[in-house]
This record gives sequence, C-alpha cells and structure tokens, in this order.
Amino acid sequence: MQQVSGSSQVVIPVPKKKKQPPLAWVGQGFFILLGIVVVAILISNLIRQPTLFAQFFISGLQLGFVYALIALGYTMVYGIVKLINFAHGDVFMVGAFVSYFAVARFRLHQWPLAAFPQISPGLGVVIGSLTVILLSMVICSALAITIERVAYKPLRDAPRIAALITAIGVSFFLEYFGALNFVFSPRFIPYERPFEVVAWYIKDGIHLIKPGEAPPDGAITFSNILLIIIVASILVQIFLQFLVRRTKIGIAMRASSYDKPAARLMGINVDSVISFTFAIGAAFAGLGGVLYAIAYSSIWTQLGILPGLKAFVAAVLGGIGSIPGAFVGALIMGQAEAMTMGYISTPMRDAVAFTILIIVLLIRPTGIFGEPEKEKV
Amino acid sequence: MELGFLLGSIVKILGILAYLYGLLWVLARPNRWVKLIGVVGAFGVVQLALTDFGGFQILTNFDSGLLFQACAMTMVALGLNLIYGFNGQFSLGQWGFYGIGAYTAADITYRWVNGDARGLLVVGFGTILGGLALIYIGRWLKRFRGVPVLSSFTLYLIGAILAGTVAVYIGNALNPMFEPLLGTSLNPGILNSPLALQIVFFLAVVFAGIFAAEVSFLFGLPVLTLGSDYFGIATLGFTIVVNVLMINSDTILPFPEMKGGRGMVGIPKLTTWFWAFFFMMAVIIIMRNLIQSSTGRAIISVREDEVAAKAMGIDVAGSKLLAFVVGSFFAGVGGAVYAHFIGFLSPGTFGFLQSFNPLIIIVFGGLGSMTGTIAASFGWIFFLEGLLRVLLSQMGTEAPTWRFVLYPITLLLLMLIRPQGLLGNIEWGFLKQKDVLPRETSAVDQPEVAASKA
Repeated sequence: MQQVSGSSQVVIPVPKKKKQPPLAWVGQGFFILLGIVVVAILISNLIRQPTLFAQFFISGLQLGFVYALIALGYTMVYGIVKLINFAHGDVFMVGAFVSYFAVARFRLHQWPLAAFPQISPGLGVVIGSLTVILLSMVICSALAITIERVAYKPLRDAPRIAALITAIGVSFFLEYFGALNFVFSPRFIPYERPFEVVAWYIKDGIHLIKPGEAPPDGAITFSNILLIIIVASILVQIFLQFLVRRTKIGIAMRASSYDKPAARLMGINVDSVISFTFAIGAAFAGLGGVLYAIAYSSIWTQLGILPGLKAFVAAVLGGIGSIPGAFVGALIMGQAEAMTMGYISTPMRDAVAFTILIIVLLIRPTGIFGEPEKEKV
Repeated sequence: MELGFLLGSIVKILGILAYLYGLLWVLARPNRWVKLIGVVGAFGVVQLALTDFGGFQILTNFDSGLLFQACAMTMVALGLNLIYGFNGQFSLGQWGFYGIGAYTAADITYRWVNGDARGLLVVGFGTILGGLALIYIGRWLKRFRGVPVLSSFTLYLIGAILAGTVAVYIGNALNPMFEPLLGTSLNPGILNSPLALQIVFFLAVVFAGIFAAEVSFLFGLPVLTLGSDYFGIATLGFTIVVNVLMINSDTILPFPEMKGGRGMVGIPKLTTWFWAFFFMMAVIIIMRNLIQSSTGRAIISVREDEVAAKAMGIDVAGSKLLAFVVGSFFAGVGGAVYAHFIGFLSPGTFGFLQSFNPLIIIVFGGLGSMTGTIAASFGWIFFLEGLLRVLLSQMGTEAPTWRFVLYPITLLLLMLIRPQGLLGNIEWGFLKQKDVLPRETSAVDQPEVAASKA
C-alpha cells in the first residue's frame, strides 16, 4: 500500500517520461475536485459579497500574522533538534499572562508617564507598551532556556518519541501549574490592554470609528491592533533573516542544523546554540502571546494549546525548518481558518487546520519551501 | 477516617494486583478445564464482592464504578499499547476512537430503548456492508502493483460512503417493522425485555468496535505513511476533530439525541460486571494470541527496524494498518462499555487533555508489556481516580488540580530515569511468551534430517 516510485525500475539511459503508477488518476482527481470545490465556494462568495469576504480576509490576516510569530519558534527548534516542542504553545500562554500581570497588577505600561510627566502621552504609551512586551519576551526566553536545560537536554540522544512525550509532559505541567490559584488562575481572565483600541472603516475612503458609533453597512473595519501585529511580525521576519544569514550565531545555527557532530568539530558550542534557538523562538512566542491577548482580550491557562498546534501545522505547511516557509504557511493557515469560520461553521476552525496538515503531508511532505530530506538507513 | 481510607485503598490496590496475577496464572495452566473453572471463579469472586448482603458489601458502589472504569481503560490502553508499544506508531488518536465507540454504542441502545430501531439497523448494516465493501475493494486493488495511497484511500472512501448510504436506506425501510415490537419508553414492547436488551447491548458493543475499526482503517491508510512524529500530530488532530464533532453533534451532525455540548443523558446502564469482565477478557485473549502469532511477530519486527523487516519480506504498511485497526477496535469496545456504565456522555470526557491518559498509562506500565498495561490501568484508576481524588478533595478546593500537576512531573521523571516503563517488558503467566523451541528439537522430530546431518 505504500507508494512505490515507478522510476526506480527504469535503467534505460534514454530520458523517458516518469511512469505513472496504476490508478494514480483516482487520487489526483479526488484532490483536484476537492480543490476546485473550495475555490468555487470562495470565488462565488467573493462575487456575491465582496466586503464580507474582505472582512474575513482581514481577520484571517490578523490570525495569520500571530501564528507566524509562534510558528517561527517551532520551525527553528525543529530545524536544529528535530523535536516538536509541544511546550511552545504554553510559552506563548505564559507571555500573555506576564503582560497581563505587568499591566493589570503593576501598571508597568504607565511608568514613562509616572517617571517623566512632561513627555507627551502618546510617546509614554508607546514606551510603556514596548516595556511590557520586552518584559514578556525576556521572561519567555528564560522559561524556554530552563525547559530546554531541565527536560530536553538529558534526552538529546534518546529516541525522538521519548523527547516528544517529555515535551507533552512539560506542556501539561505549564498548563496545570498555571491553573493553580497562586500561580495564574483556572478561569478566563479579561485582559486589560496597555493602550486603547482605535478602529477605522473603509467605505469611500478611510474613516475613524468614534467610540459608541457603529460603522455603516458594507464597510470593512480594521483596528490599530491589526496594524501593530502586521508590523511586528514583518519586523521579526526581517530581523530573523538578518540574524540567520549575516551574524555569527546565525551561521552557527545553520551549521548545527545541518550536521551537529561536524559543527561541534568546527568549534561551535552546539548546546549553547540550541539554548539560543529556544530563547529566540520563545521570545517571539512571548511577543505573539502579548499581541494575541491584546487582540482577543481574554486569557486562560489553556490558551496556548490550539494556537500552538495550528502554528505547528503552519510550520509544516511552509516546510519545517524554513523561516520564510513558516511565515507563508502561517498566513495560509490564518486565511483557511477565517474562511472556514465565515463560510462553513465556526467550530470547524480547529478541524480544518488538521485536515490541511494531513493533506499537505500526503501531497508534499516537505511543505512549500522545504527541501526534500532523504530517509537515513 | 483518612488513615483508614488510605489503608483500605492500598489494600484494595494490592488485592487487585494479586487478583490479576492469579487470573493470569490460572489462564496459563495447560488444562482447558482448569482454565475455564479459574476464569469463572475469578468472575464469581468479584461478583460476590459486589453483591449486597443486607447492607454488607465488600466493594462499594464507588469501588464498582472504579472497577468498570478500569476495565474500559484496560481495553483502551491495551489497544494503544498494540499500536505504540508493539508496533511503534506513536498515536494520540486512541481517545478519539474511544469516543466514537462510546457515542455509537450509546446511540444504538438509547434509540432502542426509546422505540427506534434505526440506530441498531443503520450501524449494523453500515458496519457489515462497509466492511464487505472495504474487503472487496482491497481484493480488487491487489490486482495492481504500486497503487498510490491517495488513490486507494479515495476508492475505499467512496465504497464506505456508498455502504453507509445503503445502510441508511435499509434502516429507514425496516424500522416500521420493529416499531410495534419495541413499544415506547413508558410502555416497553417485547423486544425491550431485559434479555433482548442484553443481546442488543452485546451487538451495540461489537458494532461500535467494528465501526471504530473501520473509521481507523480509513484514517490510518493515508496517515500511517507519514513519519513517526507527524503521525502523532495527525492523530492528535483526529482526536480534536472528533471532539469538535461531538460538541456539535446536534448542529453539524444530524443527531439531536446526542445533545451536543450539553452531553448525552439517558443511556441505559447495561454494563454489568459480567459484560465488563467478558469484554476485557476477550480483549486480553485476542491481543495475547495476536501478539504471539506470526502476525504479531511481524508487528513487533516493524517496531524494531522497518528496513530490516521489509528486507525480510514483511508487509510493513499492512502490519502498521493491522495494528492500528485492531487497537482502535479495542478502543471502540472500551468506549462502548464505558458509556453503558456511566450512563452519561459529555464531550468534555473525550477532550484533548484526557487523550493523553492512555499514553501515560502505557508509558507507566511499560511499552510492549501487556501485564504492565493491565496493572497500570487498574492501578492508575484506583490510585489516582479513587484514592488521590478523595484524599485531595478533602484538603481544599484547588487540590484536585495538583493531581494534574503531579502527572506530568511523574511522566518527566519516568522518561528521564526509566524510559521503558515501571514493569519494562516483564509478562506474567498467561501473557508470557512461550519459549521458542530450539532448532535441535525440530531436527530430532524428523529422523531422516538428523541422520543426513550426522
């Protein structure tokens, strides 16, 4: 039942067309039909209600850019240690909670205004929010390094599944330890934003929505949160490209991902490179957590499970190990989820992610940007 | 009181372990009659302990609940151990199949009790016709070599959907014949007598298991070709999808009686100790015989080394699929038994976080050890669900959460210190692998071969 490539039997040197296995058309036809149906539904809706479609597209964009931030951590860690870091979604959750405590309990976002009352309030809010985000990122990095040192490092030579079970254990631990009353809370918590939400609508130009005012029918609304998420996500992407391509630690990361023993022989401290990778990924997950909490304004300790899994699916879709792949995959995932919510049914949003995962793995197991990997015998 | 409860619980857990050991010991006796009497005795001992002698009961209702839960969990965990422990396919989808079995069987008996035979008819004909369709399509596909997995999946899917449609038509057509015999819930008819209900229950459990197995066949066929950890994630996705469908069973799926996220109530509580014991023993014996057959050795060899197994002429994909389907069948049976013991199904029971319970059990008990799995299932239910839940709930409101903090810590420590599980691959009595006869013995059996060698 396993796919046998027909070309393996061909020994004739004459360039010959690849022989199709029998009945291949059935499977191809099925998936092409599936694709045609999906595209037809989308196009018919686009023609019927273009503004609604655009609104779904914008909400998909927002989801997609948040997933992109989380997916980076998955893809980098998998690229180096070949481990699905299940706890990554929970690091994301911790990031959201750290910012919640910083804002709601300690009013950290107001420190510039408290310390320097003469600066303009706008600048104060920006600096305050950036402080909150930085704090979350630093704490998430520290948490990830701790997890890596305590749980994953002793199992580096163990079978991959043992490491995966450990990762699941760490994920559970963070969720339920967080659910204790003296840590976070088992309940949903309304999230207090460090800055005000400003929303605009597009209809005959861009207009500001004043508080207490509903946008007119047929308008497309978007908020400053969407813009912040997009800008942050793109900045992170550029930063990572620079880090991986141009800096010494980036070269060390690529070398460790390619061949760990050889990298060690070349004088690279592979363990610290792995720790650094975990820290970088967790920092961006923390950023994503803060932005997610700001956007959806309700947090609890199991917040990270599904976004984490979907971001992993996005990383696989883009080609695991590839940073631009994670970005593109996350955008596709965001759109798929938003369109499912809009046109099929809201509860199926979780189902569609895994359907995409299975289809991608079957049709192109290396993902969109992935390089084909040979099975080692 | 707490000390007494603690001691009592520990005695119970030790008693159960001794009971299991005795059961497996007696099953290993060569004499068929000794075996039979032993099993009947083992059944009777617990049945006596469960009987109420004028207010005196050794095992209280709380204990009997735990006992049934442990039996269901044993079946699920044994199925997972076949998939992961013996065949090496890291699956997180076992809980989804458990849920499918539970809901299918519950729907059959619920409808039957309420005067609607369509549940049994549609599921019964659907599983039988679907199974036949899958078998015949599989035979037909054997004519071709190297059919891509997507194509065979498409064909199987079309076959299963056609069979399901036919079954729905048959069920709707035959239902009016049954309606007068069934009566209503207030005024039960002849087919709702206690004896008939027991037969329907048996059929419901078997059909639920077969249905779960067929779903697992369709799902496993494409997904098993993925790599090990991708397979884990895909099966986890399966569990989540099943759970989403359960929460929306009255809106997305056309089953108003399942009541979606509010939970299905009014399932007849038909699971008795006899049925729980019967199905558990059936699962243990089927699995033991499967593991010790040549098919079982093929399954184990796939875990050890896929490339070597393929080189020895073993159908690797077929072995994986067989283990996955049989394991899911066990999960479906376990779910059906659980549903009829608890009488209430809520999608929360089949959620994402609970789906790791069987995994934790088999990791504790030992991957590739049936004894370990059985002992760990009973120990886990009685220790964590029974003892710890009662003790911790007396300590404070948030203490039960500590249970879930302790699970992962124990799991982590176990992975670090003893990754092969508490019992490793030790087997007791009946489950012990028989010594393979050495080659000399077979040569002696055939004198001419021995002579020619000499």
